[in-house]
Parts: sequence; C-alpha cells; structure tokens
Amino acid sequence: MTDAAITVGTSAPVQFLTADGRFEPSATAEPYASALERLSEDDHRRFYRDMVVIRAFDREAEILQRQGQLALWPPSMGQEAAQVGSAHAARPQDHVFPSYREHVVGMIRGIDIMRIIEMMRGLSHGGWDPADPRNGNFHLYTLVIGSQTLHATGYAMGLTLDGSTGTGDPERDQAVMVYFGDGATSQGDVNEAFIFAASYQTPQVFFLQNNQWAISVPVARQSRTPLVNRGTGFGIPSVQVDGNDVLASYAVTATHLDDARAGGGPQFIEALTYRVGAHTTSDDPTKYRTNAELESWVARDPIARFKAWLQAEGAPESFFEGVEEEAKDVAADTRRRTLALESPPPDKLFDSVYSEAHPVMVAQSEWLAQYEEQMQEGDGA
Amino acid sequence: MTDHSPSQRTVDETTDAATPVATATTSTGRPTGIQTLPMSRAINAGLAQAMRDDDRVLLMGEDIGRLGGVFRVTEGLQAEFGENRVLDTPLAESGIVGTAIGLAMRGFRPVCEIQFDGFIFPAFDQITTQLAKLTARHEGSLSLPVVIRVPYGGHIGAIEHHQESPEAYFAHTPGLRVVSPASPNDAYWMMQEAIASNDPVLFFEPKSRYWAKGEVDFGASAVPLHASRVVRTGTDVTVLAHGAMVTVLLQAAELSQAEGISLEVVDLRSLSPIDYGPILESVRKTGRLIVAQEAPGFVSVGSEVAATVAEQAFYSLEAPVLRVSGFDIPFPPAKFEHVYLPDADRILEAVDRALAY
Repeated sequence: MTDAAITVGTSAPVQFLTADGRFEPSATAEPYASALERLSEDDHRRFYRDMVVIRAFDREAEILQRQGQLALWPPSMGQEAAQVGSAHAARPQDHVFPSYREHVVGMIRGIDIMRIIEMMRGLSHGGWDPADPRNGNFHLYTLVIGSQTLHATGYAMGLTLDGSTGTGDPERDQAVMVYFGDGATSQGDVNEAFIFAASYQTPQVFFLQNNQWAISVPVARQSRTPLVNRGTGFGIPSVQVDGNDVLASYAVTATHLDDARAGGGPQFIEALTYRVGAHTTSDDPTKYRTNAELESWVARDPIARFKAWLQAEGAPESFFEGVEEEAKDVAADTRRRTLALESPPPDKLFDSVYSEAHPVMVAQSEWLAQYEEQMQEGDGA
Repeated sequence: MTDHSPSQRTVDETTDAATPVATATTSTGRPTGIQTLPMSRAINAGLAQAMRDDDRVLLMGEDIGRLGGVFRVTEGLQAEFGENRVLDTPLAESGIVGTAIGLAMRGFRPVCEIQFDGFIFPAFDQITTQLAKLTARHEGSLSLPVVIRVPYGGHIGAIEHHQESPEAYFAHTPGLRVVSPASPNDAYWMMQEAIASNDPVLFFEPKSRYWAKGEVDFGASAVPLHASRVVRTGTDVTVLAHGAMVTVLLQAAELSQAEGISLEVVDLRSLSPIDYGPILESVRKTGRLIVAQEAPGFVSVGSEVAATVAEQAFYSLEAPVLRVSGFDIPFPPAKFEHVYLPDADRILEAVDRALAY
C-alpha cells in the first residue's frame, strides 16, 4: 500500500501571499478579498507580532521541557499563520474550542499563556474558566483526539436554541469555532460532529489544521481524498486555504464565521500547514519524515513570508526589532514564571470533582489530611 | 410475578402506556395526590414536571420525539414541549452525549436517552473521559448537569445487547453519579432530582419494571436522591439490591417468611455515591448481608458493598457477605436468561448459606 501525498483539493487553496511574500491572490481568493479590507496596518503588525511572540514562547517552552521543567510540550512552530489568522477572525462574543496546540489562539483570546505551561508542567488539567470575560470564551484544551468537536457542536446547538445567533446583528450574533487536526478527521467523534452540525445547521466553523502528520502517520493514511472533500460530503460548505498565509487564514475564517453567525449553518475550513517541530517533546520526527520534506515546508514559513510582505508595504526595521525584543521578553518572562510556579495543596484535588457535596470526596479529603498529619508527626519523632 | 410488598407498592399489570397522569394539580400546575402508575409513566411524569419547572431542560435521543422512545417513556413530550425541547437525534450515541456536554456548557440541562444498555458503549469515551472529568478539569468553574437515561437489565426476553447491566463501569468512574429506581414513586422523584443535580447523573431504569404499577405520591419526595432505604423490615438476614432485583428480594422475603426466616430488604437506589448508613444499621441488627444484582459479580457494585460492609461492620457480621449475581459470562441468549439472572430461589440458597455460619 502506498501513501501518496494528497494535500490539495479539486481547486487551488485560497492564497493571497506567495511563499516569498508577494501579494498575488489565487483565483479562489476572490470571494475572500473583501474581508481583507477590514484589516488596518495596525492589525497587520499585530498579526506579525503575535506569530513572532508565540514562536519565541513555544521555543522557550520546548527548552523548559528539555530541562525537566515541563512534563511535555506540544510545539506549534510552523502553524502560526493558520492559528493567528483564524483567531483574529473570531469576534469577542464567539466561542473557541481548541485542540491542544493552539497556544497563540489562547493568547489572542486573552488567557494567560502560563495556564498552558501549568498544564504541561503537571500542575493542572487546564483549569481556566472560559466564561471569565478575561479568557475570551477560549475553552480548555482537549487531549482525547477530536472529542472537543462534539462539545463545540453542542454549544453551537445551544446558541441556536437560545436565539443567540442568526438575528442579523453582527455585534450580537455568536458562532463557535473548533480546532482539530488531520489525524482527528479519522475519529468517529469528528464525523459525528459533522453529522450533528449539518442536521441542526449549527452556527460554527470547523477549523482543520492539516499539518500533514498525525504523530508518525501521514495524512494520506487518514484519507484517500483531500480532507476538504470530507466536509462537502456531509453537506457542509468547505474550503481549502493556504494555512501558512496569515492573510488568507484570516479572510477565509472571517468570511465563514460571518456566514455561520448569519444563519448559514456549519462551515468547514481545511488549512494546509506543517508541523515543523515534533508532535510533542516525546516524539522523534527524524524516524518517519525526510529532511527534504521538512525543508520544503520551512521554505514556506509563515513568519518569513509575512515579514517580506510587510517590508514591501513599508514597515520600518525598527518595528521588526521591537517585535524581536518583545518576543525575547515574553520568553524570558515565561522562564522566570515557570521556575516560580508552586504546587497547589493536595487537598484541592477533592474540591472540584463534583459541583455538589459528595460524601466520598469529604471522607477521602479528611482521611488524607489526617494521614499527612500523622506522617509529619512521625517524621518529627 | 407478583409483588406482595406494601412498601414497594407495585402490582404487575400491563397498562395502556398513554394513560394520562396527574389530573389533579395545584394552582402552580404541579400534580398533587397519589396515583397508581406504571414506572414508564412515572418517569414520563417526572420528565414532564422537570421540563415545566425549568425551560432549560432538554430531552435528546434516538426515536424519543415522534415515536416517544422504543419504550414510549417520552411519549407525548415532544407534542407538549416542541421539537426544540425534545430532540430526535441522529443515530450516534457518542454524538448524543458529546453534544449534550456542549449544550450543558451553554447552560442547558440535557437529559439523554440511550436506547438500550448495550448501546451505551459508543458513548463510553465521552462519558468517562469528558463528562466525568470536565468539572475537575475546569477546577469547579463548570457544572455539567447532564442526565443519561439507560433502560437496563434482563427479564424481557430480548436479543443480544438489550438485557445488560453495565452500571459498574460508571459507578467506577469518579465524577459521575449513578442511580437506579426500583419503584414508580422513586422513578418519578429521582428523575426530577437527577435533573436538578448540577453533576452528571447516570439514571439506570430497570426496563423489566417499566410496566409494573405502583403508587406515586405527587405530594412529596420520599428520600433524597442518593439515600438507600429499607423497603421491608426483618430481623434475620439483610438482603440488598437495586433496580429490578429489589422486586426479586421482596419475593424472596415473602417466601422466607413462610419458612420462618425474616429478611430485611434494602433498596440501594444510588450506586454512586452509596449511602451506607441504612445498610450498616441493618447489618448491625441482622449480622448477615446478601447483595444481589443482575450484573456479573466480578468487580461489581455488589463487590464494593461487600468490601465496605466487611470493613465497617466486621464485628457485627455473623457470616461473610455473600453476593448473588449474574454469571461472569456475556449475557446469554434470551432462552437462558432464567438461568443467568438471579431469582428468588438463588437468593434463598444464599440465605441458607449465610444462616449456616
């Protein structure tokens, strides 16, 4: 059995910027061009800044893991444009359900990215409150592949049922965006999410980052058809976008989120990108993929491409230097704050297993406290 | 089968599933008084009441709307509350529970029906890795008031996957609450209490009791959701079960009485958490305990009760705690279910063994 690479759909992916940063929209980009007009020069620079800052954060987290400070790190290097473009396309009232690699999406929505560090250090299973206004409706990471797609679809069903979408008021109408990967498309839950979304015409965008590899298994083993066709098969409007083009990622996502909010039902976006790093720090990609493949994608790097375009647009060198400084500061701050993290007291473990009083939680919490007290007395003797 | 227990207040007569319930109501619309209903109608009345009390309560499942469910438990509810409150879902159990989680995140209180016990396993991942853990994962900021109704158990002569008792899997899972009513009155009240709970509740409905009638007191809940309860007092041996097996214990108690042996029957009602107060009190009185269940005995709810009672009431026990369970085999073809499922004779055999110590 061969695993011939299948990365493109029946038409060219939506693209505005070529790999070397020239503004040359693909024919498929035409319906999305108007969405780009919403972006100011400040927005462009913010996109660039977010990509550079998160890459520095991501790199620092990887080093912290190598130094034994984190249990695990799932790097996002290479996927910055897909994530930054789509995240900025969401409105504040929208809800975002991530997978576990969308660090910059969380940062853009407002969570403290140290919460992700805490999780990967083994201090929490996430723990932030998506409903806290500071956290921008950014839901917790989900580690069981694809499970979050059903939660997102259920949430979107709720938006329809409580009349929070499709009223025609873009400031009020809400939509849901859910992130998942190429491997997840093989999961039953993702397919069931497509089915429920199509059946109930939910206001949601399925944002697939096809980073070509599900740990060591190439996308061709997940699907014999371009993944964008999967959405179409469920009756969901589907589009393929160059996920390493931050402008294309933004424009396509903004347009389809608008469609979802306006009552157009679910939408499916396949963003073609590449996981430049390992799946996680436990992985060794040299065992399953070639340097030539890696280099071909590094040549399409989302940050270099966008920098070239910004420079052509006249962004001064001082801007880029400032971003580099800020990125270094964020990395240093991440290190400093990671090393200062303290473990919460163990009795907290029993506090939030249930929302309501539970006799077993009370009994075991009390037992543990008594046991630890005894042990301390024993140590003292 | 005939049930002679006044405390259980059930009689086995099949009834028209469309029997209207709760004709008398208070000025607030709540039904009043006492009515005799089969358990399926009592659950229906409990669901309807919960839906009237809180418009965030939704029902979702396969065939529950227009058909009213394969057991007609939800009959008439879509007509009363509309398609936005009673959702006929696609045929996908994981999808049902997974979207119910999302709906609960949005503030709804979904009540999912799994059509049969043996079909809950496609949803097992969403129930155990997501539903059970999300409150802890959110460090308490998120409540997930999701009820999963599961018609379960044998005695109905059905084909494979339609007669099982999978409750131990869920009782074993932290973050879930697991209950099972044995009588129409408990079914009516426990359903409303389960829906009112801010935690996920697995609600196991003993499907062989769906058609058995009993009195439902619309005036007041008998005991809290997670309370166990003595349903027949006795002095010689305590026998304990949940769901349909409670009826078998009551039969055994009748038969024993004729032989001069007095059984005290405890209805567990809640499998997680387990209310040990009445159980221990009973065991301290009788000194003997038999735990009965339809499920296989290995790593079962009955095993857990036996272990805990041995720990907590060791000096009161005159005999080891005995389990009477389904055999540790896949649920057999229906013609063998009378061999597989514990009946009153199997209970009485264990009573004799317990008394022999």
